[in-house]
Amino acid sequence: MKRAFPILAVLTALLLGYAFYQAMWVAPTDALQGDVYRIIYYHVPSAWTAFLLFFINFIASVQYLANAKPSTQRAAKWIVIAIGVIGAIVPFIPQVRQQLPTGMYPSSIATTVLIIAGLYFLVGRYFPGQSLDLLAVTTAEVGVVFCTIVLVTGPIWARPVWGIWWAPGDIRLTSTLVLWLIYVSYLVLRRFSDSAQTQKLAAVLAVFGALDVPLVYFSIWFFRTQHPQPVIGGGGSMDPRMLHVLLISWMAFLCFAFLVCWSRYGLEKLRREVEEAEALESLLEPADPSERTSKGRVPLSRGPQ
Amino acid sequence: MRSFWSITLATLTKDIRLEWRSKDALNAMLFFSLLVVVIFVFSFDPLAEESRHIVGGLVWVAFLFAAVVALNQTWARELRNQVLDAYRVSPAPANALFVAKVLGNFLLVSVLEALMAPLFVIFYNLRALGPAWQLIPVALLGTWALVVNGTFFAAMSLRTRSRELMLPLLLFPVSIPAVLGMVAATTNILTGENSAHFYIVLLLTYDVVFTTACLALFETVLQAE
Amino acid sequence: MRASEIPAAVGIISVSNLVKQFGRFAALRGVDAEFDAGKFHVILGDNGAGKTTLLRALAGLAQPTRGTVSILGKTPYDACREIGYMAHTSMLYDEMSGMENLRYFARLYDIAGDSRCEQVIHAVGLDPELSRPVGQYSQGMRQRMSLARAILHDPKILLLDEPFSNVDVHSAREMVGLLKGMSDAGKTIFVVTHQAVLLEGVADEFVWMQAGQIVDRTNHFATDSARAEEP
Repeated sequence: MKRAFPILAVLTALLLGYAFYQAMWVAPTDALQGDVYRIIYYHVPSAWTAFLLFFINFIASVQYLANAKPSTQRAAKWIVIAIGVIGAIVPFIPQVRQQLPTGMYPSSIATTVLIIAGLYFLVGRYFPGQSLDLLAVTTAEVGVVFCTIVLVTGPIWARPVWGIWWAPGDIRLTSTLVLWLIYVSYLVLRRFSDSAQTQKLAAVLAVFGALDVPLVYFSIWFFRTQHPQPVIGGGGSMDPRMLHVLLISWMAFLCFAFLVCWSRYGLEKLRREVEEAEALESLLEPADPSERTSKGRVPLSRGPQ
Repeated sequence: MRSFWSITLATLTKDIRLEWRSKDALNAMLFFSLLVVVIFVFSFDPLAEESRHIVGGLVWVAFLFAAVVALNQTWARELRNQVLDAYRVSPAPANALFVAKVLGNFLLVSVLEALMAPLFVIFYNLRALGPAWQLIPVALLGTWALVVNGTFFAAMSLRTRSRELMLPLLLFPVSIPAVLGMVAATTNILTGENSAHFYIVLLLTYDVVFTTACLALFETVLQAE
Repeated sequence: MRASEIPAAVGIISVSNLVKQFGRFAALRGVDAEFDAGKFHVILGDNGAGKTTLLRALAGLAQPTRGTVSILGKTPYDACREIGYMAHTSMLYDEMSGMENLRYFARLYDIAGDSRCEQVIHAVGLDPELSRPVGQYSQGMRQRMSLARAILHDPKILLLDEPFSNVDVHSAREMVGLLKGMSDAGKTIFVVTHQAVLLEGVADEFVWMQAGQIVDRTNHFATDSARAEEP
């Protein structure tokens, strides 16, 4: 595994370079916005990457909480299977099919739901026990970085095109802002928590955040119908060549995110192993009073007497 | 089931009795609420045309600040002599404690709102151009939204450094859709320009979703050392 | 991580490979012990030895980082009706009187009526009619009321953390007498204290802790007073 990292790093660098070249020179100029629009090749892939990472964090948090007891673990698995089955079948029912907004195909909904369910089991299989929490903290941190990129590139894009830095009614940007706030508060909680169960508390917060996001989306969506606002990032269909470059850019970003997550994961794992080893080292030593006073380890902050 | 509600009631009456005996905290909170209103009156000119459109936002921001002050002392008494440990060690269900605290906070924040709302009406010459009765469900649902999550996050903050800072830090991001709903609904009712119906449904949904989440996860938070 | 349920003999309290870590500090470093029910155990040791942490683990207030705790065959969480816990602090509301405090805790334990509360307050040598808030009690009175709260629901197991600290000799002796009575009646008692000499002749066992582990278990305190004086 260790040898794969430098190879992947080089490949990622090449891919990022290629994506940059495609974005800046190969992609056609936009008819309305001119060359300013090219920031989309950083703005949108960052957003998709951030959302994917936060989603993985949500799955890891739910599993971490569910794994506390075997009964809840089983219950959670069955609920996910149920969601997968329902999500795969329901969109194809004629009555439901008619209700779907234009552009949303039943097959894409079914695929998305199945991918979500599959991701749940994949994460559960490859990240047992405590490594779920390692995954959660890693994806949260890297996700916040990418989310920051989205929030910075958004206004930079909006200003020359629309003349304003920020539109409160822009659903996507505002939802991203709330998501960013939630995960920054997640990281602050992890940093400030003195509890032995910090991991559980953080997982609980992640669940609350995930419940919040759809509500944010709907609240802003309705607000916009009453107060029409400019949409940053544009809507509607995209030139296939632009879409092509967008996907290349996203691939590069995903590889980069993967690399960063991998090293952060490894770092956090090491840090925890060191902490545990330090705490238990005296288990191997004799409980000798003279030795103990010479070591004189006084707990500085935590640890009740 | 009967013992759940009897424990909730016992805890609630105990809290009210204790609050009544040491009225200092309550008086300070009432005065703080008054101060917040006054600051807003000086910052946002009541005579300006635009005031009617923003006063919905002003009122709820003021309520939010007052609520945070109230929420921060939710668990103060339980912490003082490790009484919370006595509760944890007992067979009493964690959610009975949670519900009692939420109801207590709901009453407290409602009292603060009852003080601040008339002041806003007076200073800003408020008149509802839309259906004024709808302000009642908005106020009830909105206050519940702040209080249910606030009590939950106050419990979470117990195990952190900078406890008083952590509560708003955790509460505000998650409360954004509720705040949007409260403000938009209030503004629509006051200006009469749009219907507040959707926002009332939004607040109801928010309350149901997060009350369920809090009840499901409170025990986990309580048992964290 | 909750202590998993390893089948253990129903009549004992057992701790198996108990590790409790607070970040880099390990308060308990692999404690293995079995305690017979119905006996009076005193836990001794220097500050930082892990005595309070062990007691809290037995009470279910400290989740083990590793290892298990079994109280009469159940986890502390499931055995909560049989456990009475008393901490350094009073675990009472300062603004309410003793009777009001106990009335509230009685509700938590599904105990109806005032008679049990009055009985227990009398048992610790206090007056149920006293309307003074607990915050104005002397330390001795406060410790006694805290003990009253711990025994309110007639638990089979008592976990007392420093019950005699800052208490006058008379109150301390009375409490010891009360505990002896309860021990004779068949209750299991664990007392963490720095004043073990008070319990000589009363306790069945003295458990010595150091650096997060149990290092010795003796029947008498006096013969080991030399050990107690070691730095």
